[in-house]
Amino acid sequence: MPKINYISHQGETFAIDVPVGESVMEGAVRNGIDGIVAECGGSCLCATCHVYVDERFLPLLPPLDEDQDAMLDSTACERMPNSRLSCQIAVRVELEGLIVRMPETQK
Amino acid sequence: MPAGVVIVGGGQAGYQTAASLRTEGYDGPVFLIGEESQPPYQRPPLSKAFVLGKQDHAHVLLRPESYYPDHRIELLTRERVISIDRVARRVRLQSGTEVGYDTLVLAPGARNRPLPVAGATLEGVRYLRTLTEAIEIKQRLEQAQQVVIIGGGFIGLEIAASARTLGRPVTVIETLPRLMARVVAPVVSEFFLASHRARGVEIVLNAKVEAIEGGSRGGDRGKVQGVLLHDGRRLAADLVVIGVGIVPNTELAMETGLPVANGIVTDEFLRTPDERIFAIGDCAEHPSIFARASASAQVRLESVQNAVDQGVCVARTIIGKAMPYSAIPWFWSDQFDLRLQMAGLPGGHDHTVVRGVPESGRFSVFYFHQGKLCAVDSVNRPADHLAARKLIGSRTALTPGQAADESVNLKTVVY
Repeated sequence: MPKINYISHQGETFAIDVPVGESVMEGAVRNGIDGIVAECGGSCLCATCHVYVDERFLPLLPPLDEDQDAMLDSTACERMPNSRLSCQIAVRVELEGLIVRMPETQK
Repeated sequence: MPAGVVIVGGGQAGYQTAASLRTEGYDGPVFLIGEESQPPYQRPPLSKAFVLGKQDHAHVLLRPESYYPDHRIELLTRERVISIDRVARRVRLQSGTEVGYDTLVLAPGARNRPLPVAGATLEGVRYLRTLTEAIEIKQRLEQAQQVVIIGGGFIGLEIAASARTLGRPVTVIETLPRLMARVVAPVVSEFFLASHRARGVEIVLNAKVEAIEGGSRGGDRGKVQGVLLHDGRRLAADLVVIGVGIVPNTELAMETGLPVANGIVTDEFLRTPDERIFAIGDCAEHPSIFARASASAQVRLESVQNAVDQGVCVARTIIGKAMPYSAIPWFWSDQFDLRLQMAGLPGGHDHTVVRGVPESGRFSVFYFHQGKLCAVDSVNRPADHLAARKLIGSRTALTPGQAADESVNLKTVVY
């Protein structure tokens, strides 16, 4: 299982094994990590699973689609070029070691 | 032990209050008391991904069971608050235990509205609100030969879409002349009617259920066999799902003397007249700045967004960061490959315009009241929906002409 590193806004790192096919959001939620709300349950509807993806991993992610791009304009914390919705990142073997930083707040 | 926050109801609103209290830094005891046997879970997938087998039990839980002790949230499942002593500030549980509180948050949710017809308790007649009910419906859908859904609202249409996706013959019965009539404009109803029919769902409008009929002999005794309509028509069914709305659980509040109208009455801070008691989620009504087109300023909303945002709002109030509740209402319903998204409150609107072409499968309806935008429904146009949330939330002026004109970029109108 690829290991995904979730870094809280306070700087604490949580290294979690997330099954391939599960989303980065689900990996956080199912392990009880704070910092991701995921109000809509992963439907790309609420922008409360916002993360900042470590730049080195950006090329490994699928390009932003129209829905996610629009949704990212509604995040509670500032949108950056490396902003993504973690419900839209499906975990793959190539994402081993992925680092995502969580914003100060999702609401 | 000092008294802390007691939350009545383990649904999305109750869970969010507990979770937000911790993320906001509240350090006192938190009790989260729910009647169901599972930890808090998501309801939206139950009629969709869950019954389709795409999302299992573990993936509908809002957080794993370990989350609660890890966050010092005392989660009591299969437990019910039976009375509130507002003077002593404690609640009595069904198990006999008493729990004291500094702050009480009522989030007991709602229950299925029963259909008052003969045969509604036959085997094979189900409602869908809880995970337990969803498990049962999922199992029955695997075998069902003929499914009848009573109620052409969100829940009925979502289950119809799921049943059809699973290859089951499905008929939806709706009393009113159009689908989702209580909440969407006729053009949206018509679009969903045509879309469901095109995907093989039978829909009968203007149809009142006279009775649900069961077998009378042998192994069929007590099992549903069909639905009899007022006009004498009979629809065969071995699975009937009733989705005719919900009834808010207001009894506990009423018994303790709190005012109840359409829901438990609260102010803009979601507080009842008892300053230590809040009420949130499906069971409560609050003054809404978005209800400007409605006859009443008080609204009771049945949505995940409202449950979550109210939970966050109350948690912040409890830790001393009180802000009036002012979140823009939004809602969604996925049916087949169609995503209906709603923003704002259309009640009382006097004018609508359509952006886009319904026949294309992607369009939005803008609802106006006295020239002001009050709500937008979007079908497969998420960008319109998001722009709408901002337009309505910021009270940006948008003319009906601009709304209908696809050359106007809604995103740039928002400021």
